Amino acid sequence: MLKFPIYLDYSATTPVDPRVAAKMIPWLTEHFGNPASRSHAYGWEAEQAVEEAREQVAALVNADAKEIIWTSGATESNNLAIKGAAHFYQGKGKHVITVKTEHKAVLDTVRELEREGFEATYLDVQENGLIDLEVLKAAIRPDTILISVMFVNNEVGVVQPIAEIGELCREKGIIFHVDAAQATGKVDIDLEKLKVDLMSFSAHKTYGPKGVGALYVRRKPRVRLEAQMHGGGHERGLRSGTLATHQIVGMGEAFRLAREEMTEENARIRKLRDKLLNGLTDIEATFVNGDVEQRVPHNLNISFAYVEGESLIMAIKDIAVSSGSACTSASLEPSYVLRALGRNDELAHSSIRFSIGRFTTEEEVDFTIDLLHKKIGKLRELSPLWDMYKEGIDLDTVQWAAH
Amino acid sequence: MAYSEKVLDHYENPRNVGAFGKDEEGVATGMVGAPACGDVMKLQIKVGKDGVIEDAKFKTYGCGSAIASSSLVTEWVKGKTIDQALDIKNTQIAEELALPPVKIHCSILAEDAIKAAVADYRKKHQA
Repeated sequence: MLKFPIYLDYSATTPVDPRVAAKMIPWLTEHFGNPASRSHAYGWEAEQAVEEAREQVAALVNADAKEIIWTSGATESNNLAIKGAAHFYQGKGKHVITVKTEHKAVLDTVRELEREGFEATYLDVQENGLIDLEVLKAAIRPDTILISVMFVNNEVGVVQPIAEIGELCREKGIIFHVDAAQATGKVDIDLEKLKVDLMSFSAHKTYGPKGVGALYVRRKPRVRLEAQMHGGGHERGLRSGTLATHQIVGMGEAFRLAREEMTEENARIRKLRDKLLNGLTDIEATFVNGDVEQRVPHNLNISFAYVEGESLIMAIKDIAVSSGSACTSASLEPSYVLRALGRNDELAHSSIRFSIGRFTTEEEVDFTIDLLHKKIGKLRELSPLWDMYKEGIDLDTVQWAAH
Repeated sequence: MAYSEKVLDHYENPRNVGAFGKDEEGVATGMVGAPACGDVMKLQIKVGKDGVIEDAKFKTYGCGSAIASSSLVTEWVKGKTIDQALDIKNTQIAEELALPPVKIHCSILAEDAIKAAVADYRKKHQA
């Protein structure tokens, strides 16, 4: 039995796994103590739960639990990492490097640093969405103190060469921050091997609750940060604020499950994704956005030429997906990520991101393929651009009356 | 995007989709918009010897309100003379469809499509 709309937007957020939710509830009602309370058993048990979760999060990425700082989510982690490191190391230099396809939580944070007097370079990506290491090398200056590159892109799902960038940063003595919000449970992360100094995590992209995340802060060699949130000195003074025990327990359990199940789960999800990929690229004039190989197993981003994104979203309201179209955003600008990949506006407008996950079934994928075939056909019958394409007219040579 | 019932109706059941033969008597075409902006409307009118629009057809690449605006316009121009058709204003289209403010440009585009089709008709028939 299919339940509508079919959820294919796991990169936006995931449902909390019922096993995770079950673990969280007692920490709201019975075991409600403040983990910072040192004087009674309520506090002790809460602290123990928080520390167990810290071990679970650290285990997924092969780090030491002492290197994990709790935050409210990846946005806060990115802010703390980038502003915290830039402020602490500003005596060494004022230059920061990031990438045009980063999440806004990174881009806007770097913009804020620019307002404070830092200088920033925003790297272009290649057509496949991956950064070119030579371009990165060329951008490094003697006063570069921080480089921030996301592990997995949220729109097109490409996996950046984090290991290679890490080597480069270590060699040059530059702090390396990685936003891994979209990577946990999808790609293997081994922080003993990767030369990453700071890494941001989110719980709700990996079947945990919203409102909690973590920042990995390397101890060897030690990385220093200037705190952004001041108060009771929690989290070794790096992030004050009473710890949300139930949220943290949820994130710990979610990451524990991810570690245990990711190999099997990703194999199953990849099969479904590839079925979807083959079923949709069957349709004429479709383009996959982002590298197909260097990509997480659950993401598929496709542009359907000559069909506009918002009307497509309306046509496929039986499935819940995201579009790169301007019309679905408040800004009226098409996806800056697809633009950075060199997609023209028209293809950016007609892009759909499908992201499948733990609870996606084959029946749902079959339904989606069938639905897209029908609706793309219907919208193209309506589309004057499709007619022109069929008549062999190159749309780039037409003089459009832009408005 | 929360659309009105009327937009959804035109989107689900667009009226007068299609195209006339290029060489059909009295047919004129207006194409406005640009793919880069996310909408292109092609409006065709078929004008009788008496100067009355007998039939109209459209094809639109665009969002739901762009499709609805052009579909509505094909209904409205039928039976009007070309001068009467030119009196159709974007505000009337926006009001009829209860377009949200960010979609007003769709109604402007539909008005432009009428003007472009009429201009094409006049160009062909001035000789």
